[in-house]
Amino acid sequence: METLAASIEIILRWDVFAALLIGSVGGVIIGAIPGVGPAIAIAILLPATFSLEPIVGLTLLLGVYGSAMFGGALPAILINTPGTPVNALTTYDGYPMTERGEAPRALSLAYGASFVGGIFSVICLMALAPVLAKVAPLFGSREIFLATLLGMVLVVIAHRGQNMAAGALLCFGIFLQTIGLEPVRYTTRFTFDQTWLTSGVNLIVVVLGLFALSQAFVLLSGRDDQKKPPLLEGRLFRGLWEVLRYPKVALSGAGFGTMMGIIPGVGEFTAQFLSYTLAQKTSKTPDLFGNGAPEGIIASESANNAVPAAAMIPLLALGIPGEALTAMMLSVFYVHNVIPGPNLFRNEMDFVLALYLCLLFLNILALVFLMLATRPLLKVIEIPNRFLGMTILVLSFVGVYSLRNSATDCAIAAVFGLLGFILKRLSLPIVPIILGMVLGGIMETKFRTSLPRIHSPLDWVNRPIAAVIFAIIVCAVAYHAWTLISARRSVSNTDSERPTE
Amino acid sequence: MSDRSHRHDITELVEPKHHRAEIVFGVASFVIALILLSQIEGQTSWVKGQPFTKQPAFWSIVSIVGMTIFGTLELYFSWRRNASGRGDSILGEVAAWAYPLEYVAWFMVYVWLVPLAGYLPTTMIFCVLLACRLGYRGARMVLAAALTGAATVVIFKSLLAVKIPGGVVYEYLPAAIRNFMILYL
Repeated sequence: METLAASIEIILRWDVFAALLIGSVGGVIIGAIPGVGPAIAIAILLPATFSLEPIVGLTLLLGVYGSAMFGGALPAILINTPGTPVNALTTYDGYPMTERGEAPRALSLAYGASFVGGIFSVICLMALAPVLAKVAPLFGSREIFLATLLGMVLVVIAHRGQNMAAGALLCFGIFLQTIGLEPVRYTTRFTFDQTWLTSGVNLIVVVLGLFALSQAFVLLSGRDDQKKPPLLEGRLFRGLWEVLRYPKVALSGAGFGTMMGIIPGVGEFTAQFLSYTLAQKTSKTPDLFGNGAPEGIIASESANNAVPAAAMIPLLALGIPGEALTAMMLSVFYVHNVIPGPNLFRNEMDFVLALYLCLLFLNILALVFLMLATRPLLKVIEIPNRFLGMTILVLSFVGVYSLRNSATDCAIAAVFGLLGFILKRLSLPIVPIILGMVLGGIMETKFRTSLPRIHSPLDWVNRPIAAVIFAIIVCAVAYHAWTLISARRSVSNTDSERPTE
Repeated sequence: MSDRSHRHDITELVEPKHHRAEIVFGVASFVIALILLSQIEGQTSWVKGQPFTKQPAFWSIVSIVGMTIFGTLELYFSWRRNASGRGDSILGEVAAWAYPLEYVAWFMVYVWLVPLAGYLPTTMIFCVLLACRLGYRGARMVLAAALTGAATVVIFKSLLAVKIPGGVVYEYLPAAIRNFMILYL
């Protein structure tokens, strides 16, 4: 109870509340602008938050992260263009409803479902807090090493049809992290006698290049072909209550989002895929899915909005980020010498609870803002793409240059921007590079600290939690191999049944 | 009349389609991995009397071997996909990768000019010129570009106090406003 009171005291501070308000409202606006998204906003804001207190900086970033998907539903439903990548599934049913003249209903369904997803996952997070506080200290170096390995395995597996590219990019990220001075003996690795490489490749420079600059290049090289959103006529509140008519869809979506958020490396798309598929299978009107089914919107939005809060679990409890946005947030912790992991739960539970409460309130703030400001927000959808590209280019400069006032950093970011541009054009994933850099660093440290207690390979798994994580890794790889073989067999069977021309 | 029949394949969201130019990525992954593999000895140190797992080069080797394995498999699968069907032009796609080079140049010139001409003037001029280059030549859009530049500077440097140095030209300003310009704009 004392801890709860202390955490409430933290979030009632004016600077924390201001960060929450700016983050939530800013997140909704950023989410509503197609082509921007929370990853770019967080990458740009990251260096600016280093001068703020950890709780203020993290609250600001969490606000953007947690509320962007609320806003992302707006263009997805009104102009068939997702505001953030994870709102793509919402276009399937949202836009057909807009075409039928039911845009307000579709929007409020999306807002309501997002709210249910967000609140559900925060409640899970709070309910799990005492369990995490007990379990997290049981994670030693070996367990964290294996959990990180599990995250890496899942990152590769989760990129269906792109496993090899994801694996190559993940290993490239690990390699980038090894460049520079090695932390134990201070010998250099892959610096090619260049002094600017001695301090290594900065994560934030890479993040800004891959996310922000690449998107600026995508927008600048494209065309201004935005559609004009339709006029909204009618009340927005109706759909909010309608969500309650589909409690199974909303809660299963939120459940999938929470589960997939907790598991490192999986993320929103898998959660949405499972949620949408289940909703369609259990619906009385499965044919309506893809043609304007309310359940489709609820399944998509409740699942994606449950992920941010859940993704904080491995980050806070073990110090392992499960996806790119939490990987960026990890650097805010490190800059302030706050090390997320078991000790954070043991020593600074009020800080952890304050973050949970911020997540709870940001959902309320985002919903209230959207109910009041949806109509004025339609204006931001109309900002021309290339103008946005120019703005992102200028903002990216702030992010990169303010780190060390280094033109070399800007050049490195531009190179990664080009790489990101190419990867985006090829629909190849960017996130494995970032996770490789972050998880690779954690793995190397934990591997080294585990070594004194390792005398045979079996020592890696001779403790219960380590054994369980190892078993999950083996099962995940085996299951993935089995699905690949099954898919291959079904393709060859289809080919053999096909008549020859 | 709007098209009311929407055909969507949900698997496309979790499993995007492959472009034929992915083979270029496969080749690049493979070649870069091989080059790095060949550089391990020269670019890392070997400590005598230490097991392999405690060598400074260990994680570099792990990552490069991983890159080589995945890069080889990526190359193989891309080649097999391309061999089994026709599709988009590889050369056309590779040519499209050069489009943003112009904006890389714009960006680097901007980076070079900020410490010389100052953050506020450079940003405002950069935004206006780039807006004109992009075809926004109406007074409204040019003004919007200038305001975007000014707002960026005010929010980040004046309010959030991010570390961006004052321009060399600020030294020539009257003393009364020089410090203000260096600190806030």
